Amino acid sequence: MPLAAATVREITALRDRYPHPRSAILPCLWAVQNEVGFLSAEGMAEVARLLNLAPSEVQAVSTFYSMYFDRPAGEHHLLICVNVSCALRGADSIVDHLQSRLGCPSGGTTEDGKFTWESTIECLGACGGAPAMQVDHHFHEDVTPERIDAILERLRTEPRPSHPTDPGHETPRGSRSAPRRPHLDPSDL
Amino acid sequence: MAEYKLLTRDFGTEGVQTLAGYQRLGGYQALREALARFTPETLVDEVKLSGLRGRGGAGFPTGTKWGFLPKDVFPRYLCCNADESEPGCFKDRALIDENPHQLLEGLLIAAYALQVNTAFIYIRGEYHDQRLLLERCVEEARAAGHIGNNIFGSGFDCDVIVHGGAGAYICGEETALIDSLEGYRGQPRLKPPFPALKGLYGKPTVVNNVETLSNLPHIVQRGGAWFKTLGTEKSTGTRLFCCSGHVNRPGTYEMELGTPIRELLEEECGGIWRGRSLKAFQPGGGSMQVLLPEHLDVPLDMESVTKAGSSLGAGAMVFMDETTCLVNVSMRLVDFYHHESCGKCAPCREGTYFESELMHRLEAGECSREELTTLADICDNMNGKCFCPLGDTATWFVMSAYKAFRDEFESHCGAGSCPVRSASPQLVIA
Repeated sequence: MPLAAATVREITALRDRYPHPRSAILPCLWAVQNEVGFLSAEGMAEVARLLNLAPSEVQAVSTFYSMYFDRPAGEHHLLICVNVSCALRGADSIVDHLQSRLGCPSGGTTEDGKFTWESTIECLGACGGAPAMQVDHHFHEDVTPERIDAILERLRTEPRPSHPTDPGHETPRGSRSAPRRPHLDPSDL
Repeated sequence: MAEYKLLTRDFGTEGVQTLAGYQRLGGYQALREALARFTPETLVDEVKLSGLRGRGGAGFPTGTKWGFLPKDVFPRYLCCNADESEPGCFKDRALIDENPHQLLEGLLIAAYALQVNTAFIYIRGEYHDQRLLLERCVEEARAAGHIGNNIFGSGFDCDVIVHGGAGAYICGEETALIDSLEGYRGQPRLKPPFPALKGLYGKPTVVNNVETLSNLPHIVQRGGAWFKTLGTEKSTGTRLFCCSGHVNRPGTYEMELGTPIRELLEEECGGIWRGRSLKAFQPGGGSMQVLLPEHLDVPLDMESVTKAGSSLGAGAMVFMDETTCLVNVSMRLVDFYHHESCGKCAPCREGTYFESELMHRLEAGECSREELTTLADICDNMNGKCFCPLGDTATWFVMSAYKAFRDEFESHCGAGSCPVRSASPQLVIA
């Protein structure tokens, strides 16, 4: 399926933003994934055409980076950190909980196509709120099995989010990684 | 020596993430001053005077790095390294989340000092909301004339491009970052030539960390000589220490360099949680060697931590209590480097594979004692023999833990399971 006209416009604008068009590969691949849900062969070929590159060059770049999907994924994506700081505060039990709730192993997609989840050894940069996870690219810190259940419940009725890349997009105040933030009583964990 | 709020002074102030809020607190006055009071050359000298050293991990003096750019070669480029991915490190995210315009102002000050007309912020793909926040701030600053042509009527032009990555730890290495920004697989380049001579698009390039750049408005406004009064003689200023693991109050804490680790742990972090005792900690993130309770009085400056046998790195402190299995922690870090190895050089690509395979069997209690020698041998064949520091650092924690906790490593051999976990299953978190 060809890319939507808006995505093509976005790719063209990204290309023109850089001193050298090739620099736009990563942002352009994001534009494809945001529309299609993964990096389709047609989408990558279109990026290649617009950046005046061979399709194989674009594909070779795409496989280096862990956040691009090479196949269709669930409507919602959950990423759970299992690096040291999160592991020290119970990440493994979060992983076990999610696996039993969703019934598929890390990297898998639920049968209804609603969720794809992964445990990742790549530190997410939210160690002050460990155990931490990302849900559709947004941080969730100090997660517990109960909070995960609440998140899953909410997402079941929500459609796949679009990830607007336009600068006007309003962002919530992101992290609670500021100093002196109030913290959970560890015995709650 | 104690907590000192410089970069984090305005954290938590309502509205500081907007241009109007930032300007209410005096924001962009430092940029105006830099353009009016300094020439690019005197600004580089002021930063040299401040003693500011890079906050990304290596600690190279910022002014000296700037001074390496060849004269009269243009265009030049500046890249802000916001690819923060070191295990245990989350300070750059806090600096972006809590005060994004402080970073932009610092970036523009650096761009002026370096005579750069296009500056990039390379931000890791996982920091999606932070990227959108920065893009919004860039647009605000552009609309106000702080980014673009003839900034504050000075004749200086600078554009800022926020560039999102897509998941690759190695892109925090400056030459890999440049490769990635050029649209390639993010693999490190051979140095020399250093980026100062041939960097982005083959042009002179400086790569500076988020925290490094966020210091610049303060250095301009209060002077390099004043900045030098903070911290120690060779490690000037403050650092944002990211504290995580088994402490009561994890978070980022800004402290003067030279503050004893004990003060950070006990006064800021509220000590080790659940009334337990400290077993080990990492002072500089996942790459750095393990330190022990006996090192708690070491001052947090680069020289002292190096002397203690580790490194301050990116300022990420991971504390582990008495229940922690150091073999398990080592296994996770080795897994991390295995996952993140870019595959360019054989010692790292193959070494991290074998390290990881062996550590998984050791953690499960399935290794023989002889294989511990193999582990040391693998590490010896990696450390100092890899193309870039990633492969070297993949050995530092595990080897230092093996040395400090030899009994624990040996007790796993042939045990059939993790003996630390078996001894007190109700206590173990990891």
